[in-house]
Amino acid sequence: MLKFHCPHCNEVREEEEFSYAGEAYIARPAAPDGVSDEEWGDYLFMRKNSKGWHWEQWLHSASCRKVVAVKRHTYTHEIAGCWTLAEGKRIYLEEQA
Amino acid sequence: MPQKNYSLWSLLKQGFQRQEGWDQAWRSPEPKASYDVIIVGAGGHGLATAYYLAKEHGIKNIAVIEKGYLGGGNTARNTTIVRSNYLWDEAAMLYEHSLKLWEGLSQEINFNVMFSQRGVFNLGHTLQDMRDIERRVNANLMNDIDAQVLTAAEVKEHIPMIDASPNARYPIMGASYQPRAGVARHDAVAWGFARAASNLGVDIIEQCEVTGMLIEGGRIRGVETSRGTIRADRVGCVASGHSSTLAKMAGIRLPLESHPLQAFVSESLKPVLHTVVMSNAVHGYVSQSDKGELVIGAGIDSYLSYAQRGSPHIIEHTAAAIIELFPMFSRVRMNRQWGGIVDVSPDACPIISKTKIKGLYFNCGWGTGGFKATPGSGNVFAHTIANDHAHPLNEAFALDRFHSGHLIDEHGAAGVAH
Repeated sequence: MLKFHCPHCNEVREEEEFSYAGEAYIARPAAPDGVSDEEWGDYLFMRKNSKGWHWEQWLHSASCRKVVAVKRHTYTHEIAGCWTLAEGKRIYLEEQA
Repeated sequence: MPQKNYSLWSLLKQGFQRQEGWDQAWRSPEPKASYDVIIVGAGGHGLATAYYLAKEHGIKNIAVIEKGYLGGGNTARNTTIVRSNYLWDEAAMLYEHSLKLWEGLSQEINFNVMFSQRGVFNLGHTLQDMRDIERRVNANLMNDIDAQVLTAAEVKEHIPMIDASPNARYPIMGASYQPRAGVARHDAVAWGFARAASNLGVDIIEQCEVTGMLIEGGRIRGVETSRGTIRADRVGCVASGHSSTLAKMAGIRLPLESHPLQAFVSESLKPVLHTVVMSNAVHGYVSQSDKGELVIGAGIDSYLSYAQRGSPHIIEHTAAAIIELFPMFSRVRMNRQWGGIVDVSPDACPIISKTKIKGLYFNCGWGTGGFKATPGSGNVFAHTIANDHAHPLNEAFALDRFHSGHLIDEHGAAGVAH
């Protein structure tokens, strides 16, 4: 059972309160009319599907109904942290840099 | 001369020799420096691919490499159901091709895969379920696939133990029924294909993990493995949950997410259920194995994971679904539970495709329903690799559908929600 700290509620809650909402921080093409079918398909469907550390979104659906950014290891299920989307994005972008 | 065939005579003879004269079912050779074709992944689909490559396409120099042991991945972690009652033509034809191969498989590979056509019921619990069932049954009939719509009374007549009372929380209103569907022994499928492929000269190399891809000038030249470099100009990847990690080695992105799928079996009971029962609404499926165990499954865990386990609340959900259908199972003890990693594609349909790297092919994205397709998947994938173009049955399952938009959306039509 996964347990997340919801940064909005400031509580540690069990996975059953949350709904998985997929990979986090997928960038939508800035000018959608200008991209090729391949780039658009990539944005819509292609995923990192990392085995290891993974940035993902969980919706705290049974409580505050806000989205939480989570960095979780997909093999050990270790959770490095839970943030609001904005806080998480800053850390995510630092990691990518 | 070692035993080459399993026949009544050889069984009798072995009976008198304490079963000690049986030959190894498949060879365990050292990897050669190069092959014509390498198949990555010795599960059912990979072994079937190698078998049909050797048998139908005359390619003799084939290796199947496996990081663990043969048939130890999803082949050993499924609920053994075989059916072809899909809605969309592309999917229905692919699974029906597979079902036809299942019907002759034990004979063909001289290995009893215990294929048992005991029928599959997909229950309907709402008016909308029943309309979907009628639509799917009609679609099946138009594709020459056997299917019937049954009323609740007919379901009760076939399956006396089921709770078909109108007072149930989700009353059964009827079902679709495919009589030719059924179950097969999952381990035997892997062992049988391994033995048949090995007899045709295929090298099956276990404990050999792929660590990199050799790509020169946009085409594949072989793979790096934990047992050294193995060269081949054609590589077919059939690694279910780990397809994305292989694709990453070749610099390719796939539209897959890997999720845990759990299932469990009970202690052995006397025969109580002679068919397969699936329900989309309460969301569970159950059959009874030839050993007497109830084999129970449901949906995937929602999140991405490569750990071969899932969350406990999914087990609770599955058990609740089964007890809704069969209240008498509430006191049956469960023997074991397992989780496999399934690679789910956005349209719940597989990807059997060439890639932008010449000579590199992927067969993946089977999600929660790959077992039923084992022979058919191997058969069309072998064709794709041998001819460098798709078999007519897997043309629609190419990777480019995620760019062209020609998706085959089987989420609702697969009979079970994903």
